[in-house]
Amino acid sequence: MRKAGQSLRLNLMRCALLVAILLTWEMASGVVVAEFFVSKPSAIGRALGSWLAGGNLFFHIGITALEAFTGFFLGASIGVVVGVVLGRIHILADLLHPFIIAFYSLPKIALAPLFILWIGIGIGMKITLTATVVFFLVFLNTYTGVRNVSRELESIMYLMGASERHVLTKVVLPSAITWVFAGLRISVPYALIGAIVGELIASNRGLGFLLANASGQFDTAGVFAALIVIMMLSFLLNALVRAAEIRLMPWKSAESQREVTI
Amino acid sequence: MSMAGPLIAFRKAGKTFHVDGRTVEAVRDIDLDVARGEFVALVGPSGCGKSTLLNMVAGLFQPSAGSITYAGTEVVRVNLKTGYMTQNDHLLPWRDVVGNIQVPLEIQGMPATQMRKRVASLIELVGLTGFEKSYPAQLSGGMRKRTALARLLAYDPETLLLDEPFAALDAQLRLNMQIELLDLSRRLNKSVLFVTHDLDEAAALCDRCVVFSPRPGTIRKIITSPLPRDRNLIRLRHDPAYQALAAELWDLITPTLALTRGEAG
Repeated sequence: MRKAGQSLRLNLMRCALLVAILLTWEMASGVVVAEFFVSKPSAIGRALGSWLAGGNLFFHIGITALEAFTGFFLGASIGVVVGVVLGRIHILADLLHPFIIAFYSLPKIALAPLFILWIGIGIGMKITLTATVVFFLVFLNTYTGVRNVSRELESIMYLMGASERHVLTKVVLPSAITWVFAGLRISVPYALIGAIVGELIASNRGLGFLLANASGQFDTAGVFAALIVIMMLSFLLNALVRAAEIRLMPWKSAESQREVTI
Repeated sequence: MSMAGPLIAFRKAGKTFHVDGRTVEAVRDIDLDVARGEFVALVGPSGCGKSTLLNMVAGLFQPSAGSITYAGTEVVRVNLKTGYMTQNDHLLPWRDVVGNIQVPLEIQGMPATQMRKRVASLIELVGLTGFEKSYPAQLSGGMRKRTALARLLAYDPETLLLDEPFAALDAQLRLNMQIELLDLSRRLNKSVLFVTHDLDEAAALCDRCVVFSPRPGTIRKIITSPLPRDRNLIRLRHDPAYQALAAELWDLITPTLALTRGEAG
């Protein structure tokens, strides 16, 4: 366990590093590289400030967050369910294997035009795109997790008179949850990719639109400001997944706090 | 089901495994009867298929030759009358000590209050008081073993299949657990198949001791213990009958040691 003093010092050093980077950026901009390409922190701050003052920044954040979070939740839920079902029913998994691999190797973003044809350019399209991207990552992880459940543990459970349902709830799901969370964590940035790309392709709102709009007006500061907001949204989604992980897997934190012995 | 017949009967039972194109014959021609309430120890060199026999009684896989019957019925699927405890404790890492012990009780659908009481008394029995909320990863090897034993006792199977259950315990604790096990198996008339490498342990606990040859395991000798069923394990060390039995086992096993040296586990 790291001591409180140590962690405070680490955080102070991180802040100092951030300030140093921002200062270098601020002073190098327009001297080493043209300001048009890299903008400068003060200009980015002003752009953010004016969006905040204009009041529609939160509107755009809300739209993108809605798309990313809903898509993430939908894709992850369906991914877990399908992963568990195929992980337990081997015949079905063997049957579907080539089809799944074929779909998996398709870049999901390339499906965007198809989704536009099907459901238009509204929020539904971005949610569908996000859900598709997240689904595959979570599904494959869950499937692997369910397949990796210890056969010995299952046998011990059957000897205790466990039914298929008991084995599922007491062994398979808790055992696979580590893998599910691994899938969820790598899915977070991809959820944002789905939402933002959807907005870049066709939209008049959301952070992707803000980004494309600023770029279209050669407003470099605006582009950077939009990127920072996207980063913060991703950070938030990540923190939510992390919090759920700690809450749902208390034994993991117990394991990490253990003294290492050989 | 005839009460007079053996509870477990091996008839010319054999098992051959096919691993990576290789064929390994684990046990061959096993003929053995185990009576209800009998404590039978299985000893022999590593890899002579003792664990394989337990697995087959549990119905985890079938013999490739001969047959195994339990209470007059051939074992062809998971045998719910047996409880298994292996060298590995097989606890659920995501459940604490209490959670692990109550798994079989949950499966039986025992009411929560009754379950709490039962688990509390088992925790006291195996000496895990104070560790109720610990996860397996936070426990020592011995404590994990004790948790697994408490879980086994919780669901109270008719026959106990024990595969070196006390190997990881320190001497005092092992003696305590042996006393508990013997007392319990006598009181509840449990049948026990007990695999061990500890010949003194086998001599102390068994009604009969089956000595195996190296792989493919065959029965070399079955020794009936001269000790009374009601025995005092603490006083046993000074009992000449016990000493003679342990010595006989040592004499049977040591000549085969040279054959299996260098073979791990």
